[in-house]
Amino acid sequence: MAFKRNIDRLPIPPKDAKVQNVTCHFCIVGCGYKAYSWEVNRQGGPSAGSNAFGANLALQQDTETTNWFAPSMYNIVKQNGRDVHLVIKPDHECVVNSGLGSIRGARLGELSFSETTGSQAQRLTDPLVWRYGALYPTSWQDALDLVADVTRRVIEEQGEDGLIVSAFDHGGAGGGYENTWATGKLYFESMKIKNIRIHNRPAYNSEVHATRDMGVGELNNCYEDAELADTIFAVGTNALETQTNYFLNHWIPNLRGTSLRKKNAQLPGESHSAGRIVIVDPRRTVTVNACEIEAGKENVLHLAINSGTDLTLFNALVTYVSDQGWIDKEFIAASTSGLDAMLAANKTSLDDAAKITGLSADDIKKAASFIAEPKDGKRRRTMFAYEKGLIWGNDNYRTNGALVNLALATGNIGRPGGGCVRMGGHQEGYVRPDYPGGRPAPYVDQLLIGGKGGVHHIWDCDHYKTTLNALEFKTVYKKRTDMVKDAMSSVAYGDRNAQVEAIMGAIRKGGLFSVDVDIVPSKIGQAAHVILPAATAGEMNLTSMNGERRMRLTERYMDPPGQAMPDCLIVAGLAQALERSWRAAGKNDVADKFKGYDWKTEEDAFMDGYHANANGGKFVTYERLRAMGTNGFQEPAVDFRDGKIIGTKRLFANGTFNSKDGKATFMATQWRGLQAEGKQQEKDKFAFLINNGRANHVWQSAYLDQQNDFVMDRWPLPYIDMNPDDMNELSLQEGDLVEVYNDNGSTQAMVYPTPTARPKQTFMLFAFPTGPQGNVVSKGVNELILPNYKQTWANIRKIASAPEVTRHLTFKSQEYLPPT
Amino acid sequence: MRKCDKLVDVGRRHFLRGAATAVAGGAAATAMTAAGPAEAKPTFARVNYPSHRLANVSDLKVDQPLEITYPDADSPGVLIKLGSPAEGGVGPDGDIVAFSTLCPHKGFPLHYIATDKSLNCPGHYSRFDCEKGGMEIWGQATENLPQFLLRVDGKGDIYAEAIDDLIYGRLTNVLKA
Repeated sequence: MAFKRNIDRLPIPPKDAKVQNVTCHFCIVGCGYKAYSWEVNRQGGPSAGSNAFGANLALQQDTETTNWFAPSMYNIVKQNGRDVHLVIKPDHECVVNSGLGSIRGARLGELSFSETTGSQAQRLTDPLVWRYGALYPTSWQDALDLVADVTRRVIEEQGEDGLIVSAFDHGGAGGGYENTWATGKLYFESMKIKNIRIHNRPAYNSEVHATRDMGVGELNNCYEDAELADTIFAVGTNALETQTNYFLNHWIPNLRGTSLRKKNAQLPGESHSAGRIVIVDPRRTVTVNACEIEAGKENVLHLAINSGTDLTLFNALVTYVSDQGWIDKEFIAASTSGLDAMLAANKTSLDDAAKITGLSADDIKKAASFIAEPKDGKRRRTMFAYEKGLIWGNDNYRTNGALVNLALATGNIGRPGGGCVRMGGHQEGYVRPDYPGGRPAPYVDQLLIGGKGGVHHIWDCDHYKTTLNALEFKTVYKKRTDMVKDAMSSVAYGDRNAQVEAIMGAIRKGGLFSVDVDIVPSKIGQAAHVILPAATAGEMNLTSMNGERRMRLTERYMDPPGQAMPDCLIVAGLAQALERSWRAAGKNDVADKFKGYDWKTEEDAFMDGYHANANGGKFVTYERLRAMGTNGFQEPAVDFRDGKIIGTKRLFANGTFNSKDGKATFMATQWRGLQAEGKQQEKDKFAFLINNGRANHVWQSAYLDQQNDFVMDRWPLPYIDMNPDDMNELSLQEGDLVEVYNDNGSTQAMVYPTPTARPKQTFMLFAFPTGPQGNVVSKGVNELILPNYKQTWANIRKIASAPEVTRHLTFKSQEYLPPT
Repeated sequence: MRKCDKLVDVGRRHFLRGAATAVAGGAAATAMTAAGPAEAKPTFARVNYPSHRLANVSDLKVDQPLEITYPDADSPGVLIKLGSPAEGGVGPDGDIVAFSTLCPHKGFPLHYIATDKSLNCPGHYSRFDCEKGGMEIWGQATENLPQFLLRVDGKGDIYAEAIDDLIYGRLTNVLKA
C-alpha cells in the first residue's frame, strides 16, 4: 500500500510562536522558509486572533494559502533543552520561491532530529572510536586527541602528503561559509595539504575550470533573467527536478507569457513575447514535458543529442551564428578577445555536427535561430544554463568553453535576460585560504587505491556512494582500514601510547587510519576508526549563497543531537588538539601554527572567515543578515546603507571580466571524440548507455531520505528507466531487480518501463544508497581530474522478479497529462 | 460553528505509522459513527469522521468519475470505478475508490485521466495513481494523495467514513464536527 501518515489534524501555531529565517538546506536554489516554534504544552486556536497566521482556521483555506502546512513540515524538537513544536513552511515573501515548497524542502520538519517522534534516529549523537571490535561512544577530548596524535605521527613519518583529506566545499547542509572557512584554515593555512578532494569528485578542482579560465565566473546572472530572456538554452539540466522552484517560479512564467509585463517594464524599446526554450539532453525529461505543456510544442526544441557530443553542437552553433552575422560585434570588440582564432579553430559545418550529434541539420539551424536571430533588428536575449549533463559529461573542460564561446559571441553575459550559468547542485559557501596544490590537482582516490597516505580525514563526504570506480575504491579502502582495526583490537584501548604505536605499525604496512565527520552514519563511515558527530543547518547558524549568489542566514532553530557540534567548532577542537600534540612532542614551531582557533560559536568562525576575507565580507554580519530575512542580498556586497546590505544583481554588467585586461577570452575547443581514457572501448564493448542523474523525491537529501518513510516507500531501490523493447529482450517486468555490470564493477536497480527512453539508452538514479551507480563508472577523467559519470556503458541482466518492496509501487509515466 | 479549540493530544499521536495505525483509525471511525454526532468528552485520539452516502454502485460506470465532497462541502473529491480491483477498492468488483482532489502540494484541483487511471495537477504537474492508493507517481506533494475509506451496504450504497491523511488547506480533517 502507498505510505500514508494517517494524520488527521496538526497543532496550530499560537499567535506568539517564534518565527525564524530558514533557507532550505538541500539544493542550490535555496528556497526561503520560516521556522515557527512554540512550547510543546501550548497551542494556538482556529480563530484569527489566536494563531500565528491571523486566519480563521475553522474554514477550508484557499489554493496556495499561506495559512497551512503539511504534516511533513511539522515535528517536535529540542530548543535549548526544552521540547517545542516546530513547523518549517515555505515563505511567500521570499523572491526565490514565492511560497513554493519542493518535495524535498517541504519535508525539512519531519527530516529534523526528534527524540519525541523518533524521526532521524540515525543521527550521530556522540564521538565514536573503534575499540573491542566495534565503534563505541567516547568524549570529544578523547576522540580528538587520538586523531591528533595519529595525524601528527603520520605527518612526522610521511610529511603532510601523508594526510589525505576529503571535504565539502559547498553551502547548505554539511557546508556553509563557517565550515568551509574552518576546514580551509586548518588544511591550507595551519597545514599545506595538497592531497585533498571534494565531496563528489576525486580531486580538488573546479567543475567549471573553462569558464573561469575565460574570465567568466559561472554564477553570473540572477534568477529574474530567466523571466526576461527571449530564449532559454538549457544543456544537461533537468531543472524541474533539480532546481525545482527556480524552474517553477522563474522559467515557467516566461514560457507561459506571464512575465511579459516585467519584460516590457524593464526592457522597453524592443518587442517581447513569451519565452522559447531549447533543451539539450539525450533523454526526454519531465522538464521537457512541462515546457511543452506551458509554452506549446512549437516553442520548445528538445535536442535529443547523442550522449557526450554537446561540444560539436556548440561549435556548429557558433559557426552558423557567426556566418549569419548574428553575433554582437560591439560587445565582442569592447569586452572580449580571441574571436577570430576561436572561429577558425572551432569551425564546424551543420552537416558534420548532425553526423556526430545525431541531430538534424535543420534542428541545429532552428536552435541557432531561437538563440540569436535578431528580433526586429534588435539582439535576441538568450540565457544559457548548464549542469551535470555537461559538467560530468564528455570532455568537460572544452565543452564548457564551447558553450561560453556561444554566450560571449551573442553578447549574452552581464545583460538582462542573459547569463551563461551553471544551474548548480548544492548551494555555495566557499571562503578559504588558497589551495596550496598545483593544477591538475592530485587524483586523490587513485592515491588511496595505490596505498598512499597514512591518515584520512573525511568531512561530510561519502566516496562509497559518490565516487567513480567505486567498487575498486571500496575494496581497497576496506582492506587498508581493516588492517588498522585489527591492530587497534590487539592492544588495550586505555593505553594510548600502545594504541598509537599499534596504529602506526599497521600504517607502515599499508594500513590507513580513517576519521569520518558526518551527521549520520555514512557508507564510508563503516570503515572509520573515529567518527565525529556534526550539527547541520538550523542546529547551528549557517550562511550560504544560492545560484544567483543570494546570501542568507539560516538561524539556529533547534539543538543538535546529543554532543554533535558545528563542523567549524569540531575543526577548532581538532586544531587545538593538534597544537597540544605537537607541543607535547617538543615541536613548538609546528604547534604555533595551530593558534587562532579560539572560536566559541559559529559566528566567531564567520567573522574570522567570511567577514574578514570574502569580497565585500566587511559589510556582512549575522545581525545584518538576520534583518535581511529570507531575501538576503546578492553577492558580492558593495555597501551597507539605510540598514541594508547592498548587493550585486548581475556580474560583469559593466562589460569587464575576470582577467588582467578585463576582457573575456574565447577558447579553441576542437572535437576529439570520447576524451576520457577507455570510454570509447567501453562503449564498443557494452550494450547499454547507463546515463544517470537524480529523482525529484531525492536530491541533495539522500542522507536523510534514507530514513524517511515517504521517500523509501517510493524508491526502495534506485530505478533504471528502460525502453519496453529492451525489457522484452531481457524478459523483464516492471519492478524487477537487475544487475548492471561492466569491467569496472556491478550494481543493482529496479526496472522502470519508460516508452520515451531510446533503445539501449537507460537512465539510472545516481548516488543512491541502495545501489551506487558509481560502481560501474570507470576511473577515466579529463585533464583536470573531472569525473565523467554520464558516459558509462554496461550490460544488464535480471537478478530477480519484483520483490515485495517494489511490488506495491506505481510504474506509470512520470509525465504530467493535461485534461483531455 | 464548532471550533477546533478542543484539540489536545498533539504530541506523539500522529507519528503512529503503518498498518497498525490504519486498523486503529478505521476502528475508531466506526465506533464514532455508531455513537452519532461528536458530543463526547473527552475528545478521541482521532477526529470524529462523519459517514456520508456518496452514491450507489449502480450509479457508477468504469472510468467515469463522480465528483463528491467529503467530509464536508468544502472538501472536493472524486469517486471512481476503475474496472479492476485496486488498493482500498470496495464494491462487488473491489474497484471503487475515492480520493481528495485538492493537490496536497498547493491545493490545485486534480483532474482524472482515464487512459492511465491517474489524477493530475495542473499547478505543478504532480500525478497520483488511483490504482495504488494514491501513490504519487511524480510530483511536488510531500504526501501521497489522501484516500477516502469507503463502505458499501447491502443495498449497494457507498459511504465515505474516514480519510487516511491530511487534506490540503485544513489543519484538521473535520472542520465542522
